[in-house]
Amino acid sequence: MGTLNELMLVFPDPAPPLLAQTLDLSGVRWKSVGNAAIAMQYEPVDGWTGAVVCADDDPEGAFTLCRTLRKGDSRVESILLLITGAQLHDLEHREDLFDDFCLTPFHPKELEARLRHLMFRAGRAGSPEVASYGDLVLNFETYQAAVSGKPLDLTYMEYELLKFFVTHPGKVFTREQLLSRVWGYEYYGGARTVDVHVRRLRAKLGEENANLIQTVRSVGYRFGQSRWPGATKPRDLG
Amino acid sequence: MERQNEYVLRTVEERGVRFVRLWFTDVLGFLKSVEITPAELQAALEEGMTFDGSTIEGYSRIQESDMLARPDASTFELLPTDDPEAAVARMFCDISTFSGEPFEGDPRYVLKRNLERAREKGFTFFVGPEMEFFYFGSAVTVDPLDTAGYFDLTAHDLGSQLRKQTVLRLEAMGIPVEYSFHENGPSQHEIDLRYTDALEMADNVMSFRLITKEVAADHGVYATFMPKPITGAFGSGMHTHVSLFEGDVNAFHDPGDEYGMSKVAKHFIAGLLVHASEICAITNQWVNSYKRLIPGYEAPVYKCWARNNRSALVRVPRSKTGKNESSRIEFRAPDPACNPYLAFSLILAAGLKGIDEGYQLPAEATDNIYALTEEERVAEGIGSLPGSLRDALDAMEHSALVAEALGGHVFENFLVNKRREWADYKADVTPFEIARYLGTL
Repeated sequence: MGTLNELMLVFPDPAPPLLAQTLDLSGVRWKSVGNAAIAMQYEPVDGWTGAVVCADDDPEGAFTLCRTLRKGDSRVESILLLITGAQLHDLEHREDLFDDFCLTPFHPKELEARLRHLMFRAGRAGSPEVASYGDLVLNFETYQAAVSGKPLDLTYMEYELLKFFVTHPGKVFTREQLLSRVWGYEYYGGARTVDVHVRRLRAKLGEENANLIQTVRSVGYRFGQSRWPGATKPRDLG
Repeated sequence: MERQNEYVLRTVEERGVRFVRLWFTDVLGFLKSVEITPAELQAALEEGMTFDGSTIEGYSRIQESDMLARPDASTFELLPTDDPEAAVARMFCDISTFSGEPFEGDPRYVLKRNLERAREKGFTFFVGPEMEFFYFGSAVTVDPLDTAGYFDLTAHDLGSQLRKQTVLRLEAMGIPVEYSFHENGPSQHEIDLRYTDALEMADNVMSFRLITKEVAADHGVYATFMPKPITGAFGSGMHTHVSLFEGDVNAFHDPGDEYGMSKVAKHFIAGLLVHASEICAITNQWVNSYKRLIPGYEAPVYKCWARNNRSALVRVPRSKTGKNESSRIEFRAPDPACNPYLAFSLILAAGLKGIDEGYQLPAEATDNIYALTEEERVAEGIGSLPGSLRDALDAMEHSALVAEALGGHVFENFLVNKRREWADYKADVTPFEIARYLGTL
């Protein structure tokens, strides 16, 4: 069902065995997380494909997670909620927190069908093919980036890092976060690699746009303006 | 991996790239290039390009001369060009045999293997070299473009313009430059590259040498990395700043230490000092390299370390307060005509050996070591680097450390090649001899 770059979020951690098996058999790549903070930490560069949130054991934790997934930078568009029949009344006034639900114990075929349907709807809505920030434009389909119409010559990792920044503007990321979300865990260059790539990206963006990527002292990097006006001023080109 | 390949294929198509150069390096550090068209690119990415290894220095093996160059898609980069209609890109390659094994004679593989050993110990190896070189009117005679000196600002000076253009072209290629200035010698310049991990830096040094020579050639002059082109003037070194990181932490830094150096740093330096003579044939691989390693020109001769003494083999630069990431050591022996993959491999191997064995760091050399007499140096336990390529080869030949770090194939091929170079040199009657002897004997 999924392609290589798609990753489904699953709650709780560890995932219930039948759920894990069903997802594996239908070819979905997934990752179980215990709470919103961990979901943030493991979020793929392109965001989560969707989420399957199982509320029967820990309804409070489940709804809190759904609420987080519905707002902020890493909004998840397709949330499938798993609940018991006794919990149906809990759905009242929480309609905004999920896209579809499925009663547990579930039938694997039903879960698979509902998931496929959700993915189909999300796919029809279309994922953005272009992102921009000021004069900077990225085309995800052609892998090209340009400033004021002038193409940038980027390596693959520079492109991926810039894409991550442009799709998460105004937010501060530590080197470790960038390393795990852009490079992936198998990369062995260490956190300093991020500095090296940021330095290269700034050079390629040119003098006028170099300060798009700001060094936030003793924290990490932020792309574009802070979403919190009046917050600590960044140090440029640190 | 698939995504990286797709990125390369799409970019070639979108940007109208006409040729893709596949780069690799022979045992002496000469850049080799195979040029392919976009039509051949997909097959090259998936299966590699076949080439005859017997034509490449240090690769030759009689029984299996056909090899595969497998492009490393992460190194895909468009080359700066004036003609947007004929864009050219390049990728570095890993060399493998037809059975798919990495070829042990490939210098890039040698470095990868050594970096893997550092990684097993939890270390990432960072390198920042200072590249020195000369501009001359041509490749056949030594004729400097100017007679300026260190930090001199020369008006309308062609050399400085070339240096500036080189820096811009490097930056455009994603090779950031830290400083650049006019060096001590006439028409001698220095460009310091900002540190990266060692594999990327070795690739960068290869790109750097090509770009420097290309920019010079565009203006009808010649850039050379020959270690000592002018008798009596400063030679060109490649002072190499190195550090080990454990994740985000600089393993060389210890704010509590009087030198700001951790135990790891001290053992690493000790390893470099103990094994400096053994690795010298690789860091300084030419007959001419040893004309640079003489007293009087700020080149290292004696195996000692110091903070502020620029004639020491290892210098510990003062790190800016509060910037623990800038803690590093500077190994001053290498020259810019080395094979960077092999040189970085051996610097790392010597340092790691010092850490593994817990070598003790000798006392800092504070006096000007050159002012000491031979006896005083012996009393302080300060040995000297090999005085000639031959001495360096002798030291290397008996080194288990070098044999292991380079692997048998490179170790043996290199020694054979360099013994031949020494034999040629020894048989040559030099201008020195003609000038000194012909009229009097």
